[in-house]
Amino acid sequence: MQITVSGVKKEIKDNTTIAELIVSENVETPEYVTVTVNDEFITSDKLSSTVLKNGDTVEFLYFMGGGSVR
Amino acid sequence: MGTVIKMKKADFEKILGHAKSCLPNEACGLIAGTVNGDVREIQAVYLLTNTDASNEHFSLDPKEQLTAIKDMRARGLVPLGNWHSHPESPSRPSEEDKRLAFDSKASYMILSLMERDKPVLNSFRITGNDPKTSEKEQLVIEE
Repeated sequence: MQITVSGVKKEIKDNTTIAELIVSENVETPEYVTVTVNDEFITSDKLSSTVLKNGDTVEFLYFMGGGSVR
Repeated sequence: MGTVIKMKKADFEKILGHAKSCLPNEACGLIAGTVNGDVREIQAVYLLTNTDASNEHFSLDPKEQLTAIKDMRARGLVPLGNWHSHPESPSRPSEEDKRLAFDSKASYMILSLMERDKPVLNSFRITGNDPKTSEKEQLVIEE
């Protein structure tokens, strides 16, 4: 089936979970990445149980923050 | 030669104006554009909310981040990284900036307002682990 990951169309096998996609996409520091599927924010406890569907659009949003003091 | 990152003066003025309007707090946002080899050209800057509302820390709002990413996709642009201001410190990544830099492909732009009438903008890549290191990109601001 086909999904869109970070703006790029990709073929993936059926029944792929978000957790599996994170591994196959080599997402850096996944613990600091928020995942959205079709604009819905997926909580970290649902990454292994959420199965992707044909036509889904996935975005990986890196936490972005910092501080100027140190 | 390392990475060159090009920015239009109007975009520089845009983030400068926003950063000044957010004082005394840090301001932040995203940058997007095109990549051609080692040359990155900023085509859009996004002004986001600092959810920390702090003069010494910033976090981007994930919902605003998603909205900006969707706009980038719609315009055929790629995410290039982020920018934030240092109201009272130099334009270089702090230890906290490095600790919270998780995307080795991103450009991290830092606008220092330490001298209010002499703003300084630099762009960095932050890579590695334990320790993370920063490398300055060659920033070109064009008319």
